[in-house]
Amino acid sequence: MKISCPLPINKYDIVTLAHGGGGKLSDRLIHDLFIRELGNSWLNTAHDGAVLEMNGKIAFSTDSFVVNPLFFPGGNIGDLAVNGTVNDLVCCGAVPEYLSLGLIIEEGLKMDDLRRIIITIKNAAINANVNIVTGDTKVVEKGKGDKLFINTSGVGTVPEGIFISPERCIPGDAVIITGNIADHGIAIISSREGLSFESTIRSDTAPLNDLANVLFEITKDIHVLRDPTRGGVASALNEICNSSGHGILLEEKMIPVSAEVKGACEIMGFDPLYIANEGKLLIILPQKHAGGVLRAIRKHSLGKDASIIGRVTDGPPVVKIITLVGSTRIVDMISGEQLPRIC
Amino acid sequence: MKYIDEYRDINVVKALTTKIQKVVKHPWNIMEICGGQTHSIMKYNLSEFLPEQLSLVHGPGCPVCVTSLEKIDKALAMAQMKDVILVSFGDMLRVPGSESDLLREKSKGADVRMVYSPLDAVRIASDNPHKNIVFFAIGFETTAPVNALSVIRAKQLRLNNYFILSSQVLVPPAIKMVLELEDSSIQGFLAPGHVCAITGYNEYVFLATKFRVPFVITGFEPADILKGILTLVRQLEEGRSEVENEYRRVVSKDGNQHALKMIYDVFELTDQEWRGIGIIPESGLKVREEYSGFDAEKHFNPGTVNARESGTCIAGRILQGVSKPPECKAFGRECIPEHPLGAPMVSFEGACSAYYRYKSS
Repeated sequence: MKISCPLPINKYDIVTLAHGGGGKLSDRLIHDLFIRELGNSWLNTAHDGAVLEMNGKIAFSTDSFVVNPLFFPGGNIGDLAVNGTVNDLVCCGAVPEYLSLGLIIEEGLKMDDLRRIIITIKNAAINANVNIVTGDTKVVEKGKGDKLFINTSGVGTVPEGIFISPERCIPGDAVIITGNIADHGIAIISSREGLSFESTIRSDTAPLNDLANVLFEITKDIHVLRDPTRGGVASALNEICNSSGHGILLEEKMIPVSAEVKGACEIMGFDPLYIANEGKLLIILPQKHAGGVLRAIRKHSLGKDASIIGRVTDGPPVVKIITLVGSTRIVDMISGEQLPRIC
Repeated sequence: MKYIDEYRDINVVKALTTKIQKVVKHPWNIMEICGGQTHSIMKYNLSEFLPEQLSLVHGPGCPVCVTSLEKIDKALAMAQMKDVILVSFGDMLRVPGSESDLLREKSKGADVRMVYSPLDAVRIASDNPHKNIVFFAIGFETTAPVNALSVIRAKQLRLNNYFILSSQVLVPPAIKMVLELEDSSIQGFLAPGHVCAITGYNEYVFLATKFRVPFVITGFEPADILKGILTLVRQLEEGRSEVENEYRRVVSKDGNQHALKMIYDVFELTDQEWRGIGIIPESGLKVREEYSGFDAEKHFNPGTVNARESGTCIAGRILQGVSKPPECKAFGRECIPEHPLGAPMVSFEGACSAYYRYKSS
């Protein structure tokens, strides 16, 4: 009897159920793609989990990534999966160190697309200075998923003297945004079926740990950090108001939005305050540090358009904005979705 | 951004505000027709700049809000049919029908898609020859030309799987309805700039003469709206009832003849039901007989649907400018954007949604 060897994964142009079945094909996929591209001393052992040595306060975060389309101007789901969890850890004041990677693949996903995404994850992890130390892959039947879902969890250590929490903001604090808002959401929309339009707007997906380092070099006296992803700046600030019991007053003229994004928002009837960002930080800190921090982060490539956009007030926990024309109105939390699913 | 920034300039707005304060001597009720203007008034909280004697009343100009429950129920019935892809504008997907809404049907498995342009719906039809595409065509005179163009394009492409469910409405008959209401208190109108860009404003001259009320064709930016208010209040204080155009960068007296021809090539006037208001004679557009092959209601014949409205919602009175959203018992309680009882709480152009978003805390 002739026993035939399963085809190597590079002979499969799509992912099949057998790639998640736990047999030889799964093993090939793990070794020939995941370990080959992402390997390190933890992952190479192909153990059930990773054993890590860490000291002090540990921050732990998880996030799941679903995005349509998988590839969009400025990145793909792989960038989001790494940067998203890295940024959540950054917002806890932590130095991100280790990530897990869980993939749920719908059968039929092109192997080339999976490879491109894994290589993106590898590069994003190098760029963010984190290791992917454990992972899992499942393949679901056609129609039971949407090409690819990714979950990443991450841990990082919180250095001495840093205490970041939304309850810590106090009246008088300054609110800084580290750059132009709404790029990610508009980049996704511009590439989606039925809403597509020609533009050069690219997602801002980026790891923010290096920018945070610049910030902490100026002062450790930072009260709140938040990455305004889904729901945009408006939703993130409303959440902070609810946690702290304080109000926030924004100045519309200080909120940086690129001309192209502004134009796209005018056409589509969107408010950039509600649109997702994947590479921006909201920083709330004592006013006395605001100028120094702003100058420092503007020297960083991810912070060159940073701006002080408002301040924390003693009022009820509501976000208000002084509009371009000088009137004041409420900036509510978004109700439902302004747009279809983004990420 | 050119043509936008100068109309959001704080100094221009301040100068207009000062002029309005000087001109207003008496109390006036003025209505902005268009939902886009309502949204802008709320977004920039323009009432903060206006003297107390001036009361802005929000009109029936939100196309999503006035689409009849019967049409929405028909769209829901079509979305549930085998091999149908139901396509519409984003806001329409959340509007409650009698029993469901299109997003809920989508989550139950119906193929419901959102587009920005009706021509994208035609593309979906040509990409899916084995499916029937129903485009839920709503809107005022502004969207009617491109809805018509989608039918013309489908005919050129010889598509036999593209249908439109038409719920298109016209502004002048709605203004007439508002003026004929017994308890109407409206003394002047900001006419909808973008509708007038298509239709011109000859019909408004007729209305101004017949009902002796002034109209000012008005744009959508803060300075546009304040300029419109200033010109309207001047007319009211001077006892004039004319049509003046303060959106000259976009609107001409005779409108866009090419677009108008397209509308009336494909559609014809019909008596139309407006949600919460009732039937207004010759206020809607239906597909002409020569294009009946593209008429979803004829092709799918969903029959009569038993449409039922919520008891507490006063959307009808709000759309007619008789009541304001906070006067509704359900506003902000049972009726919130996450759970709307009436359509004005759904669309960004709806008066209830605009009030809730920008005025409540």
